[in-house]
Amino acid sequence: MSRHPRVWMGLLLCLAFSTAEASWTVNMTPGATEVSRTVFDLHMTIFWICVVIGVIVFGAMFWSMFIHRRSTGQVPANFHESTTVEILWTVVPLLILVLMAIPATKTLIDIYDTSESDVDIQITGYQWKWHYKYLGQDVEFFSNLATPSEQIHNQADKGEHYLLEVDQPLVVPVGAKIRFLITSADVIHAWWVPALAVKKDAIPGFINESWTRIEQPGIYRGQCAELCGKDHGFMPIVVEAKSKTDYEDWLAEKKAETAKLKELTKKDWTLEELVARGDKIYHTTCASCHQPEGQGLPPMFPALDGSKIATGPKENHLSTVFHGVPGTAMAAFGKQLSEVDIAAVVTYERNAWGNKVGDMVTPKEVLELKQAEEQ
Amino acid sequence: MSAVIDHGHAGHDHHHGPAKGLMRWVLTTNHKDIGTMYLWFSFAMFLLGGSFAMVIRAELFQPGLQIVQPEFFNQMTTMHGLIMVFGAVMPAFVGLANWMVPLMIGAPDMALPRMNNFSFWLLPAAFALLVSTLFMPGGGPNFGWTFYAPLSTTYAPESVTFFIFAIHLMGVSSIMGAINVIATILNLRAPGMTLMKMPLFVWTWLITAFLLIAVMPVLAGVVTMMLMDIHFGTSFFSAAGGGDPVLFQHVFWFFGHPEVYIMILPAFGAVSSIIPAFARKPLFGYTSMVYATASIAFLSFIVWAHHMFTVGIPLTGELFFMYATMLIAVPTGVKVFNWASTMWQGSMTFETPMLFAVAFVILFTIGGFSGLMLAIAPADFQYHDTYFVVAHFHYVLVPGAIFGIFASAYFWLPKWTGHMYDETLGKLHFWMSFIGMNMAFFPMHFVGLAGMPRRIPDYNLMFANFNMISSIGAFMFGATQLLFLFIVIKCIRGGKPAPAKPWDGADGLEWTIPSPAPYHTFSTPPEVK
Repeated sequence: MSRHPRVWMGLLLCLAFSTAEASWTVNMTPGATEVSRTVFDLHMTIFWICVVIGVIVFGAMFWSMFIHRRSTGQVPANFHESTTVEILWTVVPLLILVLMAIPATKTLIDIYDTSESDVDIQITGYQWKWHYKYLGQDVEFFSNLATPSEQIHNQADKGEHYLLEVDQPLVVPVGAKIRFLITSADVIHAWWVPALAVKKDAIPGFINESWTRIEQPGIYRGQCAELCGKDHGFMPIVVEAKSKTDYEDWLAEKKAETAKLKELTKKDWTLEELVARGDKIYHTTCASCHQPEGQGLPPMFPALDGSKIATGPKENHLSTVFHGVPGTAMAAFGKQLSEVDIAAVVTYERNAWGNKVGDMVTPKEVLELKQAEEQ
Repeated sequence: MSAVIDHGHAGHDHHHGPAKGLMRWVLTTNHKDIGTMYLWFSFAMFLLGGSFAMVIRAELFQPGLQIVQPEFFNQMTTMHGLIMVFGAVMPAFVGLANWMVPLMIGAPDMALPRMNNFSFWLLPAAFALLVSTLFMPGGGPNFGWTFYAPLSTTYAPESVTFFIFAIHLMGVSSIMGAINVIATILNLRAPGMTLMKMPLFVWTWLITAFLLIAVMPVLAGVVTMMLMDIHFGTSFFSAAGGGDPVLFQHVFWFFGHPEVYIMILPAFGAVSSIIPAFARKPLFGYTSMVYATASIAFLSFIVWAHHMFTVGIPLTGELFFMYATMLIAVPTGVKVFNWASTMWQGSMTFETPMLFAVAFVILFTIGGFSGLMLAIAPADFQYHDTYFVVAHFHYVLVPGAIFGIFASAYFWLPKWTGHMYDETLGKLHFWMSFIGMNMAFFPMHFVGLAGMPRRIPDYNLMFANFNMISSIGAFMFGATQLLFLFIVIKCIRGGKPAPAKPWDGADGLEWTIPSPAPYHTFSTPPEVK
């Protein structure tokens, strides 16, 4: 028995030294939308009904356990049947269930009504990042985990939004009905933001719909909710709700950025410039599978350091990155990355670690490949 | 049925005990030997699956990656689930059925003894195959025990083919076991043992066996479709070839939902024998218990899509599956009320089997409450795939199925071994398990509601406190199970001799034979009045 106090001491010590951000939250968030508050109310209603039933049933059981014991000299009764009570405890729960079903049905019908939206955003799940496309706006981008790997591997202190921070959040206007069209490019993911009470599976080949209307500007965080492979725990969602005018400004800025990126393709790049840019792209896009030092995780994710493809003919290397390898986890990046970024990352891979090929793939070559594909 | 017993050799065979040496266990067709092997096998798998859970809880002890990498973490969650479901819980119930069903209905053995031997020996082969995948290049299954396509097909490690064959072997074993149970119960009951006189454990197992026969072929079907997609160019689950990944989930959960009742109904039956024994009062509402079990089994076939509320099924489908799922609360409630009424005005004592049985009723009901909450589709959008779900199904499986098995083991150990187990150690085992289990799983409700998804190896700091408590509880629960091993071995090796009926309130044919039960029992059927 002597180990009990020590276990408790250990527990207390661990908790005392755990970081200040750690919280004791025990309940669901009421969230930031009308739907999320309705869902929260529904949750609490059912919770309290369960608590009341629990108190009655467990109360009777504990009463019985204290009073009806042999040690108190109880003589067992012999009753073992009563059709009346059997009917009673079939019908009463049934009525309670009907009472629960009515508000649940109303809420569900509301959640399923995706009509008359103001903004349409296509969300595509990728292993392991999200892609957002503003329909009709020519704005699209990837949203990657922004938590540095040093924090994950305990070489640096973890920040407040550890694993719940991204490089580019999804920006939406407040007050507008935003419709999400959710799909996936590889395996099944699920897009979930608790504060919006939106959780919908992203299924390859199919499009699911959902919607939200956020009332207050703010930052709302969520995560992928469906197991999607190795880095399932590392593909967060950040939604930034801005006022109408701030949103318009952001949208304009984003469009200008897209135009600028197209300009970059025309520019004449040097090997050093491409390698420097490729270094960044590699570490956000490729390193989770092929690893920061290019050593890979064979046999699922082959090494790039010294690989035949990364040190062989560049056309072949470019084609592999551009088209992916069907039937494996290697995705086709031709549609995911800009021409500059593909050129940069291929060039980087040919000249990083032990790879010293010395040649480069230019953005123009990538553009030519893209145009050849489209014809 | 009586033709099975060869009277010409009966006198000769009567003095045969078990064969000697290892071959006794390899070749045995005796229901008690096979039951014993099932129980030991399931306990070994319980420890193996439990050790995987310890790896999971060790990694989740603190935020950050410390002990394992995400690839291996996913293999651990997958193997933990598969081994606990198919290796620990299901074989334990088959073991109990093998031992107890013939003794409870006054049959000399199971109806199909050679098949019985074969269905057991398939299991070690199946699990050797499954566990060997962990040592293969690319690692073992890492797509969760629900193995959703296309993560388990196009994106799976190469070992997935071995996983598929392991599932096939387990399925064949389960189907043969189920056929055997049905054949035994329907054909080998002692004269006078009408269906409505059968102990509830026999009833619940009869219904479970029908569930098994109905759904194990569906599981075999879904893994075969995977095999075809992976190796033979079909596209059942690939949209690119005209298939549908969601089809996988429909087929899987058509198996999977009845499966969860397969894992709990026999425990319902066992507890329905144990509570009356220690309350010294007959079971309240026997008939309604039988009908409630049958209703649960029926409903289990029409609720599968409540596991899929977020996949985007149409509104009408969503409503149907929500209502049908809520309905399950009615027969389940009837069962809980009946158990509570059985205790009411009894003359209770709390030996270890009773402690586990009462904890079963209370904690399973808590799992039932969270199940009811999960049934509410709009609220499920917030619960789905979070730790709230993990808390829910561990509450129905650990204090449900596992406590049901512990209660049964302590209840019948005197009959099996001829010795009383050590009551003090048994109670210690109960209290350590009870505290450890609640400490491990109750905080999971909180982190789930606060927004922690399941199946992640690392998490935000806001989930840190409760995860640490969960891990400490899990280590405590895990370590305590070694105490159970010690108690059982101690009981086999010696202890106070057990009388034929060690529990004064117990009722049933199994208590009319000596303890330990002789190698052959009821060669002449007993008369049931």
